[in-house]
Amino acid sequence: MIDLQNLWVDCRTFRLQDLTLKIEAGEFFVLMGPTGAGKTVLLEAVAGLMPSTRGKIIIGGVDLTTAPPEGRGVGIVYQDFALFPHLTVLDNIRYGLRFHRTDPGGAETRLQYLLETLRISDLKARYPLHLSGGEKQRVALARALIIKPKVLLLDEPLSSLDPGFREEIRALLQTLHKSSEVTFLMVTHNFADAFSLADRAAVINNGRIEQVDTVANIFQKPRATFVARFIGMKNLFAARFRSNKAHLGDLEITLAGPAPNGAEQVAIRPEDVILQSPAESSSKENTFAGVVKGVVEYGFFVEVQVAVGQVVFRAAISQKNLLEQGIQEGDPVTLFFEPTAVHTL
Amino acid sequence: MSGSGPFFWVTVSFSVMGMAFIVIPMVRLATAPSLADLATAGRDPEVLRAIWLSLYTSGAAALIAFVTGTPLAYLLARYTFQGKRLVESIIEVPIVIPHPVVGIALLSALGRDTWAGQALGRLGLQIMGSVTGIIIVLTFVGLPFYLKAAKEGFESVSPRLEKVSRNLGASMWGTFVRITFPIAWRSLFVGLIMCMARAISEFGAVVIVAYHPMVASVLIYERFEAFGLKYSQPVAVWLVGVCLLLFLILRVLTLPRKTAE
Repeated sequence: MIDLQNLWVDCRTFRLQDLTLKIEAGEFFVLMGPTGAGKTVLLEAVAGLMPSTRGKIIIGGVDLTTAPPEGRGVGIVYQDFALFPHLTVLDNIRYGLRFHRTDPGGAETRLQYLLETLRISDLKARYPLHLSGGEKQRVALARALIIKPKVLLLDEPLSSLDPGFREEIRALLQTLHKSSEVTFLMVTHNFADAFSLADRAAVINNGRIEQVDTVANIFQKPRATFVARFIGMKNLFAARFRSNKAHLGDLEITLAGPAPNGAEQVAIRPEDVILQSPAESSSKENTFAGVVKGVVEYGFFVEVQVAVGQVVFRAAISQKNLLEQGIQEGDPVTLFFEPTAVHTL
Repeated sequence: MSGSGPFFWVTVSFSVMGMAFIVIPMVRLATAPSLADLATAGRDPEVLRAIWLSLYTSGAAALIAFVTGTPLAYLLARYTFQGKRLVESIIEVPIVIPHPVVGIALLSALGRDTWAGQALGRLGLQIMGSVTGIIIVLTFVGLPFYLKAAKEGFESVSPRLEKVSRNLGASMWGTFVRITFPIAWRSLFVGLIMCMARAISEFGAVVIVAYHPMVASVLIYERFEAFGLKYSQPVAVWLVGVCLLLFLILRVLTLPRKTAE
């Protein structure tokens, strides 16, 4: 449905470089990346709100590289909702209809459907100023969807919402996606959103695509250092490989299978690193004795940094476990991880 | 700020002095003429004609500023380009140069022996001593005030709203008419009032280009020169009254709006 071919976009401060991406019709595709990676620029380029300098934008088989934004059949919903402040909720939603007069009857049906599905019937006469964040987002979604776009672009639609609204809108997005034939392209830097909504995802950094894959694969098998870091594989070490062993200096780690050719690093998720007291140490593979170097609070969980020789592993454990095990800085500790938890890249 | 330290009292004293400096002359002016003098001036056809001329020439100047200034204000609010600073400085020139110089500059460009003046002459328009001349002068001095307010008005409209409007199918024209203008109109209107108020108060440039027909400020000057302070005061009070009314409208219009985000 969306076919970006070698796309370049130049802004004053930033550019997208040679970006190629194919998104299937009806797919829920997520674009992940850190702030300033170029995610919004990419969406605006697809919507025709930002000119591209090279490459092609093909949507639904039609080359729209130079088409004006009003002729693309692409809807966009921004993080800050961008509701028209001088129009009521109903006038906001109906705004696009005057430019899409093909089937007035259908429009009225769609309006009723959207008002009901998004539960905004009672807000029709209100002005955006008097809406909560979640309400604003629902109005913005209705406004974008009423003109039946082929593609809906969502620019971090959940990130400026309170946690309660967040889950509600997330569920709504799922409903809307399933009940329509619209292709969704959503930008986010929230992994939970990606996991719960998307089929496939791309990780973008500094104007370039680092990896395109299923969401599960991106989290399980990152193919680039940046991706591994981005998805939180904090244990990322340069290694030398020999059959199913990886050597980190003097440390020998067992892999689930032989390392692929060209592998240079091992990556282990912090939540896959398990801490035990030295007394209950086992003889399993990948069991190492170390010393606690630090404990960093992250709210629901803590990150324990354990030095094994020269290598510092990071283990994510719950607050409860930390208290039960009585782990403190300077304590000797045994850490363990399954060979299947070790990824190579 | 705590309520009783020396800093507080110095600040308050100077503020009171500043206010007194503005208020006392105005009050003295307003109370100087007797009601009978004011009534006489208010019935004097010459005075009424002058104030009416002031009002409608400055109104016309504001209208011209609106038509010609709005695109420029939008351009300056939305785009960055080479030489933008220069354009912005040029716009402020009419504010900083002495008023008689404005009159002389306009005559230099549009006087009878210039090509522009001759072109206007062929259209039946004369600058020297004409209503047309007055309107041109007032547009020149008032335009910067409109441009400034309109630019700020357009800047306050998020470009994102325009993007969404385009995205929903509106052309750039449609977007301007349906989104940008309705959100910014208040600022544009305030700019028009500023422009008009500035135009009404103009004297130095008008007197060079058109002593006759007489606008209110020129009439006040003439009465002062010919008959003295006492005879100029009632006309001045009437003119100030009109200006204050304009500013009152301005204040009411800039009250916080209800539907703003």
